[in-house]
This record gives sequence, C-alpha cells and structure tokens, in this order.
Amino acid sequence: MKSLEDLKKIREAAQNKMTMRMDDEQKYRVVVGMATCGIAAGARPVLNAIVEEVAKAKLPVTVLQTGCIGMCTLEPIVEVFDRDEHKTTYVLVDAKKAKDIVLRHLMHDEVIDEYTVGKYKK
Amino acid sequence: MDEIALNILDIAYNSIRAKASSIQITIIDSVINNIIHIVIEDNGTGMDEAMVTQVSNPFYTTRTTRRVGLGIPLFKQSAELTGGYLHIDSQINQGTRLEAQFIKNHIDTPMMGDIIETIITLIQADEKIDYYFEYKTDDCDFQMNTKEMKEILGDVKMNEPEVLLWLKDYMKEGLGK
Repeated sequence: MKSLEDLKKIREAAQNKMTMRMDDEQKYRVVVGMATCGIAAGARPVLNAIVEEVAKAKLPVTVLQTGCIGMCTLEPIVEVFDRDEHKTTYVLVDAKKAKDIVLRHLMHDEVIDEYTVGKYKK
Repeated sequence: MDEIALNILDIAYNSIRAKASSIQITIIDSVINNIIHIVIEDNGTGMDEAMVTQVSNPFYTTRTTRRVGLGIPLFKQSAELTGGYLHIDSQINQGTRLEAQFIKNHIDTPMMGDIIETIITLIQADEKIDYYFEYKTDDCDFQMNTKEMKEILGDVKMNEPEVLLWLKDYMKEGLGK
C-alpha cells in the first residue's frame, strides 16, 4: 500500500541525491500545445510520454505546457527549443513519435526531419 | 473528444488561465443513481454575467490565435446529448464553479477515460496550484489534496518526475485500477 509517508522518503532521497536541477543547466526546453485542439487531437498521451521518458532517462530537459499554437489541424504539436532558442516544431505527433523525439532529438541531438512542420507545409 | 477525462482536463485549463491558486475536481460516478456528476471549482478571476452566457457560444473565445472557442460548448453538448446538463456559476474575483451531469447508461455517454493522466497533467502544468480531487463511486470514495502532499515534500516540487510517478501509482491504488 502506498501512503503519504512515502513522500517523506522521496523528499529525503531527492535532497540526498541532489537530483533537482537548476533551470539554467537545462539543455532543451520542450513545449506541448494543450488547448482544446491539442487535447482533442491526442496531446495528453504525447505530453505524458515525453514527461515519463525524460524522467526515466534523467535528461536535462524542461517539459512545459502551452495553449493553442495556432495550427490546430496539425496538432498535437511539440516544440523543442535548444539553449540558443532555436526552435524545431514537430507536428501530428503521437505517443510513438514522442518517444522517438526524446530518443533521437533530446538524447542524441538529431532533428527528425520527417516529423517537422516543414515536411507538411511544403 | 472521446473521454470525459479529456473534457475535464480542457475545462480545468480555463481555471489555470483564470489564475486560480486552488482547483477542486469532484466526480460522482454512480450506477445506482445512474449519473456521472462532475464539479470543477476554482478561486480564479471569475466572469461577469455577460461572459458566463457567452462562453457556451462556440464563436466566443478569449484566444487571439483563432476565432472559435470549443472547450465549454463541446462539454455542454456532450452532457446534454445524454439528457444531462452543464451549468456555470461565476463571480468576479471569487471564482467559477462548473457543474456537469451525464446520464450514465445513455448510449451517447462517453467513457470516463484516463482520469489519472488528467490529474497528473494538471499538476505538471502548474505545481503552485493546490488541487483537490475526489472520485466517488457506489463503493469507493478516493480523495486527495496536493496541499497536504506539498507540506510533506517541503522544498521538493510537486511536479518533480519522481513525485509524479509515485502519485500515478498512489492514484491507481486509490481508484482500484
């Protein structure tokens, strides 16, 4: 049985391991569109897949949510910003593509061209 | 939207945008009474009467990125299709209370869906907000309050990955899933 007592252990472990990272050490910032259009298109499992994969691999990545990005037909949309604020926009993302983005882009710095907005807007 | 839990997520973002510091989500899911009753209540900026009547209109939105706002109209239509209703009470600087009811055994009533993911997503969105969540069925009543959890966690944030992963399992147990 889980109980609120577990949180004490989590707190101690977090403090001992110093797992809490400062925002300025972050390598990427990932933003997921979570307005009505995004949610209806399947953004919730995309967001949760990214959060979970980033947590498991303990990546130096911040995951944030935002509202409507303005291209509702291409939702779910995931934007990846690097330290220099260069933005890569991935569109029509699902949970599987989200995992690819974590593995290839966030872990190995590879932009996945075939998922980007450029591919669809040509 | 094919899950009630997704509608709840969508509606709760309105509370976040209304700068709420506390959001309460209560769900009564009862076979005996044949209803699914949902209340989402916040202490955000609230709306005046004119705005409350406007928000059910799909061509009303506060967004500037597009000209339609479908969150509340979709939820309202979904509830009314089953013989239920959606009702909003709001007061400027006090907050907003949205209440929706579905007739549980109606053929058009959507699945509840993954309510755990919805709550986790909301906490991930803004850990500063205190969330109270209650899910009541005919034989169980699960309640949680992130305010209590934050007191135990101290300076460890509620949306740290370790905490969210724990919370997911905690809710799974509590909801008997």
